[in-house]
Amino acid sequence: MNVLVCIKRVPDVSGEVLLTEDAQSVDARHVGFTVSPHEECAVELATQLAGASGGTATVLSLGPAESVEQLRNAMAVGCSDGVLIEADTDRFGPADVAGAIADVVTAREAAGTPYDLVLLGNDAADTGDFQVPVRLAYALDRPVLTGISTCALDGDRVQARGDGPDGTEIFEVPLPAVVAVMEGGVSPRYPSVPGRMKAKRAPLETLTPAIEPKGSGRVRLKLPPPRPSIVEILGQGPEAAPAVVDLLVRIGVVSP
Amino acid sequence: MIVVLVEADAQGATVVSREALTFARELAGRSGEAVQAVLVGTLPKAARPGLLAHLGEQGVPVMHFAQDDRLSGYAAAAWSAAVIDVVKSAAADILIAAGTPRGNEILAHVATRLDVAMAANVVHVETTSPLVVTRQVVGGAALEEMRLDDPVAVLSVAGHACDPQPAAEPAVTEIVDYTPTVSDRDLVARVARVEATTVDDTGALTSARVVVGAGRGAGGPDGFAGVLELTELLGGALGVSRVVTSLGWRPHTEQVGQTGSRIAPDLYVPCGISGAIQHWAGCQSAKTILAINIDAEAPMVTKAHYAVIGNLHEIVPAVNAELRARLGR
Repeated sequence: MNVLVCIKRVPDVSGEVLLTEDAQSVDARHVGFTVSPHEECAVELATQLAGASGGTATVLSLGPAESVEQLRNAMAVGCSDGVLIEADTDRFGPADVAGAIADVVTAREAAGTPYDLVLLGNDAADTGDFQVPVRLAYALDRPVLTGISTCALDGDRVQARGDGPDGTEIFEVPLPAVVAVMEGGVSPRYPSVPGRMKAKRAPLETLTPAIEPKGSGRVRLKLPPPRPSIVEILGQGPEAAPAVVDLLVRIGVVSP
Repeated sequence: MIVVLVEADAQGATVVSREALTFARELAGRSGEAVQAVLVGTLPKAARPGLLAHLGEQGVPVMHFAQDDRLSGYAAAAWSAAVIDVVKSAAADILIAAGTPRGNEILAHVATRLDVAMAANVVHVETTSPLVVTRQVVGGAALEEMRLDDPVAVLSVAGHACDPQPAAEPAVTEIVDYTPTVSDRDLVARVARVEATTVDDTGALTSARVVVGAGRGAGGPDGFAGVLELTELLGGALGVSRVVTSLGWRPHTEQVGQTGSRIAPDLYVPCGISGAIQHWAGCQSAKTILAINIDAEAPMVTKAHYAVIGNLHEIVPAVNAELRARLGR
């Protein structure tokens, strides 16, 4: 069974976020790029599932030409080939992204490579739309699961597990299907040196999206007002314990 | 008409659903609309009075309640079909849910089926005509103003973006049962069964009044005894940073952050957590933050209300001893 896994190149922000002058995107000049933890887990799952079923895992990204970096990283940990839909992500809303991915899935199936399972991250680390997997599933007329930690193949079905409000929810869905993966179920592997070498030579198809994007409705980005530091240092080391308990009593968390 | 999808628990409407109702009522006040609620799924008899009280307090006159035995197990597509029935029958132009995993999932189905845009994790309404909302992006480290000008505006409200406030004019809520148009296809992706989680579940974490946090400073899987004892002494829940779950020191269900749970306790005590954006995204709604960290310049310390500087393995046991002494335990 062939698996398609979709990833997105996003700024690797862990400290302060800066915006571009036109306030349309995050200024990533001083930070690197990465994919979200959800997507790292989706890549790992895709590799495992394709391996277990004797198929291949293809990695796809919609984004700028530089997304090749993230695609090669995924190929270094087991994806056999890559697809880059070269596009300006700021002009593409979630429905546009889903439509462009669906076009690739349909075209590949017509060319003899069906993807019975499409994996994505649960939500993009930058735009946080929570929609691309669902919109893709409807475009392909397939069932969709979101918030999934692990999945396993069971004949022509996929069994998936995810955290729900009352415990671990188990789904059994017929293939072909779309699954949105949450971090927590699998540990992404690190690329090996031979893996990196292999990834350099792995096939990569670059496409231009056929659709004219409708856009995301973005007016502008802005930063939350800076939070002035109001921290009161209660003390240093274990000697501060009485001051800590005084505070706990004062704010009503404990009552002696 | 504004329709709000509510989620219920044993006590009535969940806290985040009440937040969404308050958010909807404030928006309705600005746009001159009415607010109604919709509930899909099972409602335990014992939860009914609590739910009615919550909805009444929020000034909601009507709650539409989908009746279909096939809705006993969660299926996002079926839920969305049931919600769309109400959107249509109430001629709603705005649909709101809490920005929970289910809320966002159901809204994504609804928005796709109605071929309209959806705004996830909204924190503020900029203008009502045209409707422009502000929502969290990059895990809350940045905000996006987004235009919602489709015939139905679909939006989820970020957890703890507002406090649930009682309406000036409470209502006596009427529950209106209806039969949703759910097809068999909508039930294909349905929860087959639920296994109870063995560890403290995330529900306890997200609703805890006190959360004790632990990060890389714990040092290893054996470094949590002190914070667990503090958690117990304070009657709270343990939340950890992404580093801790990535290294396998604690289960992912305990993670607080962009890829974990969002918490809003009265007190959060992050111990040995530096406070990267990823973590801040999940804990910034805590009313009071008391950071314990070896680095006085760590973001978690500078963003906290109170801090103790030093090694958590020395400070936490001292606090525990002091607590036991004063509590007589």
